[in-house]
Amino acid sequence: MLKKRDDFEDILEERRTSSDLRYALRCYTPALYKGVTPCHSGLLKSMVLQSDQLTYVIRQISKETGKATADVQEEASAILEEMAHSLQLNTVRFFAFSLCKVFKTLFKSICEHPVVLLPSHRSYMDFLLMSYLLFTYDLSLPVIAAGMDFMGMKVIGEMLRMSGAFFIRRSFGGDQLYWTVFSEYVRTMLKIGYAPVEFFLEGTRSRTAKSLTPKLGLLNIAMDPFLKGEVYDVHVVPVSISYERILEETLYARELLGIPKPKESTSGLFKARKVLSEDYGSIHVYFGQPVSVRNTSPRGGEDVQSFVSDSAYKLVRLQEENMVLKPWVLLASLLLQNHHQNQNHQDQNQDQGMAVDQLTEQALWLRDVSRQYGAFLHWPDHIPPSEVVSSSLSLHGGLVRLCEGRVHLAVEQGPSSPGEALSPVTPEEELLNRAVVLLSCASYRNQALHVFLRPALLASALHTAASTQKHEVFNIFSFLRNIFSNEFILCPGATVQDFEEACFLLVKTGVLQVTQHEVLVTEADTELCPSSPTCWIPSSKDTSLRYTEVLSSDLQKNSLAALLRLGAVQKIKGADHETLKVDKVMVNSLEDTLGNGRWMDSAHWLQQILFISAVLEAVTFTYNMKEREAISSSKISD
Amino acid sequence: MASNSSGGSDRQRVAQQRLRIITGHLQRREDGDSTIIAAECKAEGSQTDVSREEGKTVPRRRQEIMKWNGWGYSDTKFLFNKKGQAEFTGKRYRLSGMTIPALKEWFEGTFGASMQHKSPAAPGLNSGAVQPPTLNEAFLEELKSTGIPFSHDAEDRVFRAHGHCLHEIFALREGKVGRVPDMVVWPNCHDDVVKIVELACKHDVCLIPYGGGTSVSSGLECPPEETRCIVSVDTSQMNRILWIDEKNLTAHVEAGIVGQDLERLLNESGYCTGHEPDSMEFSSLGGWVATRASGMKKNIYGNIEDLVVHVKMVTPQGVIEKSCRGPRMSTGPDIHHFIMGSEGTLGVVTEVTMKIRPMPEYQKYGSVVFPNFEQGVACLREVAKQRCAPASIRLMDNEQFKFGHALKPQVSSMFTSFLDGLKKFYITKFKGFDPDRLCVATLLFEGGREKVLQHEKQVYDIAAKFGGLAAGEDNGQRGYMLTFVIAYLRDLGMEYYVIGESFETSVPWDRVLDICRNVKARIIGECKNKGVQFQPLSTCRVTQTYDTGACVYFYFAFNYRGLSDPVHVYEQVERAAREEILANGGSLSHHHGVGKLRKKWMRETVSNVGMGMLQSVKDYVDPKNIFGNRNLL
Repeated sequence: MLKKRDDFEDILEERRTSSDLRYALRCYTPALYKGVTPCHSGLLKSMVLQSDQLTYVIRQISKETGKATADVQEEASAILEEMAHSLQLNTVRFFAFSLCKVFKTLFKSICEHPVVLLPSHRSYMDFLLMSYLLFTYDLSLPVIAAGMDFMGMKVIGEMLRMSGAFFIRRSFGGDQLYWTVFSEYVRTMLKIGYAPVEFFLEGTRSRTAKSLTPKLGLLNIAMDPFLKGEVYDVHVVPVSISYERILEETLYARELLGIPKPKESTSGLFKARKVLSEDYGSIHVYFGQPVSVRNTSPRGGEDVQSFVSDSAYKLVRLQEENMVLKPWVLLASLLLQNHHQNQNHQDQNQDQGMAVDQLTEQALWLRDVSRQYGAFLHWPDHIPPSEVVSSSLSLHGGLVRLCEGRVHLAVEQGPSSPGEALSPVTPEEELLNRAVVLLSCASYRNQALHVFLRPALLASALHTAASTQKHEVFNIFSFLRNIFSNEFILCPGATVQDFEEACFLLVKTGVLQVTQHEVLVTEADTELCPSSPTCWIPSSKDTSLRYTEVLSSDLQKNSLAALLRLGAVQKIKGADHETLKVDKVMVNSLEDTLGNGRWMDSAHWLQQILFISAVLEAVTFTYNMKEREAISSSKISD
Repeated sequence: MASNSSGGSDRQRVAQQRLRIITGHLQRREDGDSTIIAAECKAEGSQTDVSREEGKTVPRRRQEIMKWNGWGYSDTKFLFNKKGQAEFTGKRYRLSGMTIPALKEWFEGTFGASMQHKSPAAPGLNSGAVQPPTLNEAFLEELKSTGIPFSHDAEDRVFRAHGHCLHEIFALREGKVGRVPDMVVWPNCHDDVVKIVELACKHDVCLIPYGGGTSVSSGLECPPEETRCIVSVDTSQMNRILWIDEKNLTAHVEAGIVGQDLERLLNESGYCTGHEPDSMEFSSLGGWVATRASGMKKNIYGNIEDLVVHVKMVTPQGVIEKSCRGPRMSTGPDIHHFIMGSEGTLGVVTEVTMKIRPMPEYQKYGSVVFPNFEQGVACLREVAKQRCAPASIRLMDNEQFKFGHALKPQVSSMFTSFLDGLKKFYITKFKGFDPDRLCVATLLFEGGREKVLQHEKQVYDIAAKFGGLAAGEDNGQRGYMLTFVIAYLRDLGMEYYVIGESFETSVPWDRVLDICRNVKARIIGECKNKGVQFQPLSTCRVTQTYDTGACVYFYFAFNYRGLSDPVHVYEQVERAAREEILANGGSLSHHHGVGKLRKKWMRETVSNVGMGMLQSVKDYVDPKNIFGNRNLL
């Protein structure tokens, strides 16, 4: 792990000392991709329009609808116009100039077969960043699948297009013509392979900083040329982009609370330029080992759909693994935990905060645990821990407050600015502000979730299980896994592997002993924990919001999906809207299974359990809402 | 059997009569006797042990004229002479006696081979390495009484224990011999075969039919687990043309005749079959039928299944043949198709009636250079679409084009080399073809002079639409020569640590480019994975066009220095390549057959039911597995 980190290279070292303009105009001579000369985008379009597949579908559609083939052809070419990129270097140069701000990176190069870049998606910055990096390293610039909403931005949209973006509608499930034009476009690009294709596996930006369950459509298209044997291989490169501080921090929290996302517009972008004056720390871009589709594919036999889905999950996990975690991530987790504990015990609104020493001590402990769990943690070991903590805290001044040697989450208006006259705030607004801060913090904590996910599920299972029999623990583990399958990246059908991985990690840290038939918690457990374990049981009927995170629409969406999957809630399609029907018996039995456990808050899996309990809370919350009024599902959907 | 033989003589009498009439019409009568008689079986005759007829290529003791551990004639081979130049010895081929100056450089450059590192073959067959024959005494006794010649000499037996797969030749060069037949018999005619098969059934002896010995599917390998006495039935002495029927344009031929003899003898009467597989110098008519062979000129003459009018095969259940020679029948599934492709698992093909054609009046080679392989394939597809393919049309990829160039013999005059330079300049500089991407199609036209010229123009016009440039007859002719000398070249490679092989497939048109690219890439990748130290040669050509697809041929070879078990590596690569072919929609084989080499993919190729059908035919025809070479199923 350490070695991995040592390889990072600061690409801006030189940029800070020399002219950005000269850089932007520098000679760009990429190594020719696969030895082909770049082909004109017009040629690409005509290749797509003449492809067998598209011609077939056009004929098909014209037969079905009775439209003339020429009309359908026209339609297809309109779609293509709307979608197509027109990669031009000048625009990229412009971006290169304006983007010379704050990047750090490591790079590994490949290039023999068609390449698909799959960056994680946390910010709008992602794809500008990717093009910038590839430009810096003299590599072929990718063509990027971008959401149609960008095209709404007048000048920028066109500029993005010229820097290699092509636009896709957010949803085109039923439109066969659109689908064909689109997939043919991507396939043609891969096949003639004059530039890597880039898209976001998660489909949209993750507002919670958790990886989203992958969307399979594009990956399917990207792998298709290989599966059909039209190219020898396709290399898929998971790229992890981790931000020390996300530009859209508060924006996301607000979105999660149901405040609609501002429509992308050019003027909006200019208004947002104030972000340029703030310090956003560093960005780490990690290009993972390219995955050869050929080497991973089963070749015939197994069904393609499940292969694509499997690879998608694996790729997202690879992205997660290579996410660089900053010390702040650990601090945020600890602070949040502390905040919740205080709430539980004293049941008072006054946040006591956490002593800096204590925070540092716990952070160091958590650092070691997460390293043992294989986290890609970027903790500067050569700097004294107290400095690390204080510099992290200062970077996130908007979320934490330091007073009298204690660290508080910036949830209260009061203590932070005692001199100021308190502006009258409504309780709703106060709750909203509280929630924004907590959700922002949570989004940092979420960055580390993948490290603790499996051990935490096992830990929860252990505490819920009536005995230490391995199969029983396993059953509960797989039940929990099922519940949380929308929440986290859990490869379908990999329950056994996940279970073994969890056992392995917990055994490695000396917390568990696993025998043939039993899973035992060792004594070492308590010694490991600096804070004494505290028990609490979530009272499921209590609808008062202890966990503000429950307000997150993302969480609600996922809980609903879980309930639907478990059959506790059924969707009934009405004439114009869907209604949800709650199966009370089922829900009660779910509650029993989940609620019976003594949810132990012992330190090494604490964040995770906290999170899980928050999710549980959300489940109940959603359920209670359903009970009161069978709400229409549109309300919950994004 | 009784009714069968009387029926046979009846038919023979009718044939005799008809042939007498035909003879009258023949223009060239000088050797009428040898070619146009309904020859009586000469098995009982006294002349059996002399090579009876002039002009027959294959003697009983094949080792007298052919290599025992390599391809072809003993007097013909490639070697690097003292000056380090490649030379082709002997007098049999157009290239014979010439030096080939560019070959050494190509050889060293392509494989990283070096003249210093030689891997010579074991000098001769050590009879001690051959296990003594397990003879079935009762069978032997009865066989002796029939007078059919036989041998259990070690050399004879070893010669018939292999085809020309790489692993077979490699083992021989190392002096290693596995399970070999215990005995070789040389039947002289159909009735001899009937007797042999009857005796084999009676005494439970395993028979393996042997024609030209050019199998590349491990088809001739003796199953090591076979404990019975294995008798190789060498049909090479059944090599007569029994009659030629000019009214119906058919010839009735004994199945042991090899391709070159058949063509030559027919040519003497002004006819040809037009069936020219690359192995035609040595492969036999019976072998063609048993493996579903395909000839280079199938576009005019058809593949073996199109050429065969009537077949006689001796099986353990008796003789199978149709009652007449009608051109087409609707009488259930065609029983010929049980015979064709049976690969010696059901019986011995003894006599075949084949279509013949008058010899073509005019023959012309040609070639077209394309800027790249994709354009070339597109052109071939268009030619197939318009159904105007010449007798042969083949598209070589860039590597093979270079290979062909390396085989140019020394040019005698300054003028020719000047012209060559000019041509090269024109194509690469003036027309802007990339010498590392261009590829060449070789053409062979046949027919009436007028028609050929007209046809030629049509094909060149199509080629021009795909960016093709006519590149002369010479290039074309050299392309076809390559196919006859390639097997000799393999022997040269094996002297210098280079092993290689070819294999083929058939594939729908829309998959041709994909399959070529992917299989070639797979070979290279697989060689790298398996620790091959040098870049392999991985090349392909499209050799046949059909309405719906094409036949693609792959060559691959590599320098195995530094590998402990090169044959194993080679086999792994070949298997991977075959899997790649199947994954890309290619067939298991276009004309090489299945043998034992490709057996494991048979089931997925023909489905479970298909396998059951084939198995049930085998079970009925040969319940005791007398024809126990274990090919195919």
